[in-house]
Amino acid sequence: MYNQKVLDAFANPQNVGEIENPDGEGTVGNATCGDIMKITLRIENDVIVDAKFQTFGCAAAIATSSTATQMIIGMTVEDALKVTNAKVVEALEGLPPQKIHCSVLAEEAIKKAIEDYRAKKQNIKTDKSKIEYV
Amino acid sequence: MRVYVDHAATTPCDKRVVEAMLPYFTNEFGNADSQHCFGRDTAKAVADARATVAKLIGCQPNELYFTGSGTESDNWALKGVALHRKNKGNHVIISSIEHHAVLTAADWLEKNGFRVTRLPVDSTGLVSIADLENAIDENTTLVSVMYVNNEVGTIQPVREIAEVAHKHGALFHSDCVQAMPYLKIDVKELGVDLLTLSGHKFYGPKGVGALYIRNGVKIDKLICGGGQERSQRGGTTNTPAVVGMAKALEIAVAEMDANNAHIEKLRDRFVERVLNEIPYVRFNANREHRVPSIANFSFEFVEGEGILMLMDFNGIAVSSGSACSSGSLDPSHVLLAMGVPIEVSHGSIRFSFGKDNTIEEVDYTVDKLKDTIAKLREMSPLFNVKTGGKYNV
Repeated sequence: MYNQKVLDAFANPQNVGEIENPDGEGTVGNATCGDIMKITLRIENDVIVDAKFQTFGCAAAIATSSTATQMIIGMTVEDALKVTNAKVVEALEGLPPQKIHCSVLAEEAIKKAIEDYRAKKQNIKTDKSKIEYV
Repeated sequence: MRVYVDHAATTPCDKRVVEAMLPYFTNEFGNADSQHCFGRDTAKAVADARATVAKLIGCQPNELYFTGSGTESDNWALKGVALHRKNKGNHVIISSIEHHAVLTAADWLEKNGFRVTRLPVDSTGLVSIADLENAIDENTTLVSVMYVNNEVGTIQPVREIAEVAHKHGALFHSDCVQAMPYLKIDVKELGVDLLTLSGHKFYGPKGVGALYIRNGVKIDKLICGGGQERSQRGGTTNTPAVVGMAKALEIAVAEMDANNAHIEKLRDRFVERVLNEIPYVRFNANREHRVPSIANFSFEFVEGEGILMLMDFNGIAVSSGSACSSGSLDPSHVLLAMGVPIEVSHGSIRFSFGKDNTIEEVDYTVDKLKDTIAKLREMSPLFNVKTGGKYNV
């Protein structure tokens, strides 16, 4: 079902974990649907110097999390916002049609983390969408 | 190392079964309906196979029909009975944890004007007789409840269900695909009017099933064609497959007790180790009424497809309770019906052991499972939230 690139990304995911006191944090998805992605960012001078993820989800969700974090490290936040799910899927050389929605989570999590970063910069408190385990 | 612990999906064909089948591909290739000696020889083999299967399940040979699969038998039973008896009533009762062969046949009936009741189950997967009593009425023409559930292995009280059905003038069908090779099947003891079997679940070939239809029970045909199966099921008889199914059933019944003892020992060791060595696990089973082969677990904070794939990387074949891997995004209807919370049901895996598995394979499976769950939990945002810390192996 999955191509080798996706299998590799799933088997050896990069950037797993959580950055302490992150500059930006975004969590999307919910346990009922079977997909949750949390991305934490370290940002210096508007450049993403580190990104880590934690994902509850299928192999495609984990593979896209890994690939998306790899893609945005080194980017300015401006450029990271342009990383669409299509670009993540392209980097993985394709996903099965029923798994495309998993890649949307990565895009959304990155956007949310950057919004959080910008809000923090402006000293605005945002809803970090604390996840609750029911 | 390659370990197959997915016997509820299918079993390897026993070598003795293959031996019995081989002549019917080549030398004994005749069409069982042909008038010449080639046909007569094959017809004799088919008649013998029918007599063997009939004897082993306690029915007459003329009550046994060979089909192309368990799914076909289930479809035939549900649609055949409902359509034939539509002047008597339009209500059919099934359980909510049936195999998709029955579930979707019932959906088809519903789309075609029938009323379908899907009985709930308790947290162990058991249907309640009281629920059946409440659901059944004078319009009910058929009750269909599986003998053994394919995901969790729960054994239903089919005899009692049959009695309730008959008391209200309904027929009773049971999908017994997962019962053989673990439970003896006697159609009279079970009280069934119709019963489904599938060859490849008990070390026989794929592509062959059987439907028992009690003498006196009339149902509509599903597959129209030539005069095969006493004109009830068209299609040239698959001689090697029916010969193989009969041989496999013979072996399954003869070796049942010994195999069950072995498989149960493996299953129990597996379950004990998993429950002792992996935290946050839910064992989805009825500990009293179950077959010895199946162990279904929900591993909290992780998703089933990832478990299945990491186990597969280690050469271990298991089945994901989350249908995610099979293209659908819905979690198991069986586990949801048993009240497993939806977020927990996503992390469910079925392990089903067979007669050729070994203790070493069980231990290898548990060892790799521990690593797999630990690895996925390390990645999971849910795990940290609940415990306030990383998962420590």
